[in-house]
Amino acid sequence: MLKTYHYPKFEYRTPPEIASGKTLKVPVVVVGAGPVGMAAALDLQQHQVPVLLLDEDDTVSIGSRGVCYAKRALEILDRYGVGDAVCNKGVSWNVGRTFFRDREVYNFNLVPEPDHHRPGMVNLQQYYLEEYLAARAATLPNLDLRWKNKVVSVAQNGKTVTLKVETEDGFYTVETDWLIAADGARSPIRHKLGLEVEGKIFMDRFLIADVVMKAEFPTERWFWFDPPFHPGQSVLLHRQTDSVYRIDFQLGWDADPEEQKKPENVLPRIKAMLSALDGKEREFELEWVSVYTFQCRRMGKFNHGRVLFVGDAAHQVSPFGARGANSGLQDADNLGWKLKLVIDGKAPETLLDSYSEERVFAADENLMNSTRSTDFITPKSRASKTFRNAVLSLAKDHAFGRALVNSGRLSVPAFLTESSLNTPDSAPDQFAGRMVPGAPMDDAPVLDHGEAGWLLKKVGRQFFVLYFADDPAALDAATVDALANLSCAGIAVQPLVISRQPGTVAGDIPHLEDPRGIAAQRYDARPGTVYLLRPDQHVAARWRRLDPEQVRAAMARATCNA
Amino acid sequence: MALNLNPNFAEAGKRYFSAYSPGDDFYEMLINTHRDLSDEQSELLNARLILLLANHIGDIGTLREALKLAREGV
Repeated sequence: MLKTYHYPKFEYRTPPEIASGKTLKVPVVVVGAGPVGMAAALDLQQHQVPVLLLDEDDTVSIGSRGVCYAKRALEILDRYGVGDAVCNKGVSWNVGRTFFRDREVYNFNLVPEPDHHRPGMVNLQQYYLEEYLAARAATLPNLDLRWKNKVVSVAQNGKTVTLKVETEDGFYTVETDWLIAADGARSPIRHKLGLEVEGKIFMDRFLIADVVMKAEFPTERWFWFDPPFHPGQSVLLHRQTDSVYRIDFQLGWDADPEEQKKPENVLPRIKAMLSALDGKEREFELEWVSVYTFQCRRMGKFNHGRVLFVGDAAHQVSPFGARGANSGLQDADNLGWKLKLVIDGKAPETLLDSYSEERVFAADENLMNSTRSTDFITPKSRASKTFRNAVLSLAKDHAFGRALVNSGRLSVPAFLTESSLNTPDSAPDQFAGRMVPGAPMDDAPVLDHGEAGWLLKKVGRQFFVLYFADDPAALDAATVDALANLSCAGIAVQPLVISRQPGTVAGDIPHLEDPRGIAAQRYDARPGTVYLLRPDQHVAARWRRLDPEQVRAAMARATCNA
Repeated sequence: MALNLNPNFAEAGKRYFSAYSPGDDFYEMLINTHRDLSDEQSELLNARLILLLANHIGDIGTLREALKLAREGV
């Protein structure tokens, strides 16, 4: 067991259906209370959809697993109410050092771009994230989280999914309209339904060691290619919280995992590594050792009738670039609002095809980037290795060489530029910048009634129309009237005016100030510019002037009601 | 023409949302071009590639600078 962390044991309660013998009927079941399953349940709970969340275990993730939570994931976790907890407990790092053989090739400082609420990433052991999500879930109504409840069979029949659940007190049956499978890379649900997942296994093994540093050690990311203390392989050192450092040693496919895990083999390597920079000996304690291999693969599509796959159950990537949990949280974020509209009968079931379409697109991007990193870190041929080493030798002196060094590209959200839910810019409307239809929203500092806040905290969970103005008081009556009446086909569209000047908008329309014009700059906005924003904070459409008919058409398109 | 040592990859008409993407696009193409070749075949490919690119650059001064930098790091 770990010295720095005490695993919580969540309480199992006998399900009432055991005694009653009744079948439990719920609109949505989520299987798997890992980070992604809990995120999916929290998302639906916030949409007032009652959720049953089942997990076969009664604690959090064991050992050293997910480490790095990127900006987009933190913004999503903000909406689930745990962003502060994760950021306060996690550690931020900016300095990364890259070593080739016995010397430092270069270092970089990822000075965060100013005027964003959340940093590019924080490092935090996965068990903390799960603990915070579980604590949050436990406080909420309409979220029935059942530990030590194992799904032993699943059958899909028309519009109903029937589950048989095993507990220590016996079995019960659940009937649900929708099943979300968040049960991990091996996904028993996927197997039980006979669904395939295609891809390749990487013929490599990595050893993970978590060590507790006894003395001060820099909060930096160190990456070695071919170091003297581990020749021919790569090593990554990352700081986590509680002075726990995570080290990933590439072992190669032929290594004997059991032999490699022995302390007498692990300890000297770590010792040599920690003194590599300055020759100083450092005291540390070994907290966790395990060996892993990984696969890069995804399902052909993520929705199968009434069963929706999220996270590792749907797609798996190599760990380089932190694209596992980060992409899984985005799955939950993408799925929640769509399922809510379908359940409420406000959108056709085909909207869930767009969940698959968009998240398959994102998964392919993640697979591409993490595979590229893997190929750079662990070259598969002599030619590939020669190029890799040539890049490293050029990186010391030349900027273009540094740009090609790929020891993992930081997880960034997919720009869903190809999504069928987007309304493309109309020809006369010229926009610069990144906030194209399908883009994940950029953050910006705003004032809300004089109080400093963040744009991303002010939108989301429902559709918004963001209307950029110079002087809010100068909005004419027709515009105010149009903004107040954008909702269509029973789907709410919340207007929000954002203005450079202080003031108030007529007609109770919410209003933010953009005193330094940063939001306007990031969205390339002029007075009168309009953005239609999805509940998951992606841009759906934008125009240079407000035309309610265009907003309605874009809403119909974004909800498959066109 | 001075040798450009700053990141310089881009594909016409393609929009990039991350600075590393065009360089990674090229690097992947480069490695894929070598796929399933023997070491000897890879060497020949590299030599042909250098000649093709050198002719495209054409400017002997630039090539001289590149040859010098390449040699220095070996």
